[in-house]
Amino acid sequence: MNITVTLIFQMIAFILLIWFVNKYLWTPVNAMLEDRQKRIADGLAAAEKGKHEQELAEKHAKETLKEAKTQAAEVLAQAEKRASIIVEESKEKAQIEGDRIKASAQSEIDQEVSRAKEQLRGQVAEIAVAGASRVLGREIDSKSHDKLMKDLIEQI
Amino acid sequence: MAEAASGGGTVQYIQHHLTNLCAGQCDPVTHKATGFWALHLDTIFFSYALAALIMVVSWRLGRSLVSDAPSGFQNFVETIVDFVAQQVRDTFPGHNPLIAPLALTIFVWVWLMNFMDLIPVDLLPVLANAIFGIEYLKVVPTTDLSATFAMSLVVFALIIYYNIKIKGLSGYAKMFLFHPFGKFLVPVNIVMTIIEELAKPLSLGLRLFGNLFAGELVFLLIALIGGTMFLAAGFFGAMFWGGLQVLLDLGWLIFHLLVITLQAFIFMVLTIVYLGMAHVEDH
Repeated sequence: MNITVTLIFQMIAFILLIWFVNKYLWTPVNAMLEDRQKRIADGLAAAEKGKHEQELAEKHAKETLKEAKTQAAEVLAQAEKRASIIVEESKEKAQIEGDRIKASAQSEIDQEVSRAKEQLRGQVAEIAVAGASRVLGREIDSKSHDKLMKDLIEQI
Repeated sequence: MAEAASGGGTVQYIQHHLTNLCAGQCDPVTHKATGFWALHLDTIFFSYALAALIMVVSWRLGRSLVSDAPSGFQNFVETIVDFVAQQVRDTFPGHNPLIAPLALTIFVWVWLMNFMDLIPVDLLPVLANAIFGIEYLKVVPTTDLSATFAMSLVVFALIIYYNIKIKGLSGYAKMFLFHPFGKFLVPVNIVMTIIEELAKPLSLGLRLFGNLFAGELVFLLIALIGGTMFLAAGFFGAMFWGGLQVLLDLGWLIFHLLVITLQAFIFMVLTIVYLGMAHVEDH
């Protein structure tokens, strides 16, 4: 139970072991742990950043969607407006066209009427002349009585 | 006569188990060391073997560290390293890169040397005798004062070194002159501080030695029940003593597992605390 020279050997072993553990176990393990700690912290920070970015992107997407909706509504309204304008315009056009057709038909009718009147007038004059010649018993020379005929026609 | 023989055998058995394998200045009859120049070969062999085990394992582990997905053994080592680092952070003021590896070495080495206590007391001596013809073998290095004091003296040397390094030679001297009772009781202070300082390595070494020596002794006494078993008359007597030995051995084994861990832990923590005290500027 004495303390013997074994002590010296044990001390040497102890010191060597401390040196070895420090160099080959403690230092690499500690470095690895610190590195891991740092990387975990970095990863968490990156995740946080990513989340933030995602939020931003979501917000952005929402805004874009809203804008698109507004734009679509606008386009729709414009199209509706434009359609009604077109309808209105075509209505107007049709009206004008109809009026024009009506007017031309009217003028044709008028023309026709006046022509018929003219014709009728001529025939009436002829009939009158014929009647008169019958009544007078002789032929009225249309040439010599041209002026009279004309006056007559004028009167009809 | 049988009783006397068994009593003599008992003493011999215990004596035999508590004798180191001695080389050098040894008593030829009792095989005990008679002077300083005696080597305890078994202590040296087992402590060196365990130190080599630590070295090989730590070297292999240190080369193949995985940062991302550590597997079983690395997790285990990381837990121990983290535990020791936490102890150092909690109890050590300031920063010294030597303290944590020192504490880790103490904890692991002392624990492994203590663990030799849990190997059945007769197994290794009987094997050594049968295979190598070695007559004496004391398996647990920490039941050898030389082993425990080797560590406590290295710690003591570090305490003195850091005291002088941090406080300066004059500061260290002042600690002896004025420490517990101020400047009017200088002689008392010197005596008190010397005792206080010397108590540190002494208590470190003796505490570990005492606990493990006592534990070993209890294992030996429990093992002796087996001897009684053969003396007991009849089958049931033998069964009773045999059963008692197994039961007691198991109980003491489980308890001792706690003790060896606790002793390794205490040695480590006190080392950190003593070195921490050496690092504090003003006492």
